[in-house]
Amino acid sequence: MWKWLHPYAKTEKVYALCSRLQPWFAISAIALLITGSVWGLLYAPADYQQGDSFRIIYFHVPAAMLSMSTYVAMAIAALVGIVWQWRTAFMAMVAMAPVGAVMTFIALFTGAAWGKPMWGAWWVWDARLTSELILLFLYCGVIALYNAFDDKQQAGKAAGVMALVGVVNVPIIHFSVEWWNTLHQGATITKFDKPSMATEMLWPLLINIVGFVCFIAWVTTLRLKNEILKREGARPWMTSIVRRGSGNSHAV
Amino acid sequence: MNPRRKQRLKVIGGIVILIGAAVSLMLYALNDNIDLFYTPSEIIDGKNGQVPQVGQRLRIGGMVVPGTVDRNSQTLQVAFELVDTGPAVTVLYNGILPDLFREGQGIVATGTLVNPSTIEAHEVLAKHDEEYMPPELAEKMKGIKHVKPESGAVQ
Repeated sequence: MWKWLHPYAKTEKVYALCSRLQPWFAISAIALLITGSVWGLLYAPADYQQGDSFRIIYFHVPAAMLSMSTYVAMAIAALVGIVWQWRTAFMAMVAMAPVGAVMTFIALFTGAAWGKPMWGAWWVWDARLTSELILLFLYCGVIALYNAFDDKQQAGKAAGVMALVGVVNVPIIHFSVEWWNTLHQGATITKFDKPSMATEMLWPLLINIVGFVCFIAWVTTLRLKNEILKREGARPWMTSIVRRGSGNSHAV
Repeated sequence: MNPRRKQRLKVIGGIVILIGAAVSLMLYALNDNIDLFYTPSEIIDGKNGQVPQVGQRLRIGGMVVPGTVDRNSQTLQVAFELVDTGPAVTVLYNGILPDLFREGQGIVATGTLVNPSTIEAHEVLAKHDEEYMPPELAEKMKGIKHVKPESGAVQ
């Protein structure tokens, strides 16, 4: 059943796959982010309570949602790496960690900038904000642990266990606003009910969310290729790619 | 799946489930402390059989009761009542209220309990809900007239 996945344990195949997907992710990320941001920031109607300040939602919500999804993706990569001992899975894990950390930071930063004018405080130690901050620390922990080992297979295992254990934080972040009373409001779109947002405001948000997904995928493929280059630079298949690449540039 | 992989999967699964269980027990034990604020009825009737003491520093969260906002025309002193489902609690505050502060709005105030149903607040934060809609729709659905934040008027 999973046979088609097996070739991707080889760095060579992963490198080729990344090279093939990367331009598509790049084009769709740029197109979607420009469409969503321009639509959301300029043309979507202002909110009845918050006026124009609510527009920061078009960056805050995608970044916050994807900081969690990236963590789950990273943990799945860690699981594959640990159980099936794929080196490429650990490389994917390291490639995703800083991207997710940056998303978490964007979510926290835009949240603070939104909280000051609306709530009246940059930061409150409520369950949602605190658990999101812990997510940032988890990302930093995975990155630091990976870089603490010289043997990258050992490093992958150690950081992978940490990434897997940290997964318990993801449902805590999501349900924090339901389990406890918090200053942060409840979920607008990630619930089974109808989204509590007017349609003309919702569309640009959805476009931006897909745009952020493509952006993360784009940066991840780029970083994964770099990681492979760094680790496998001397392999014959790699030198042949490099030689072919430089040959092309001479021809042009 | 070969036995070594199965073994590793079991070990990893076990670790994650154990830590998950440990964290959930911890959060369950700390449940009351993770709540950001007391609701007005918890201050009057007590939470888990414990009524907050006079003099205690605490946070309260509730809805501003329409018609109870009393502003001093000379100073920044303001008094209003907060309510959830039960009795109301009076909040006294001396300072600038957030833009979103209006009657019927959710508010979180930090301060000291000066008598069993009055709080002297030193910080008032506005809580907004998860609904976003243009002003015309809000007026049609809820009868709320849009107030521009810069006008600062309380309706």
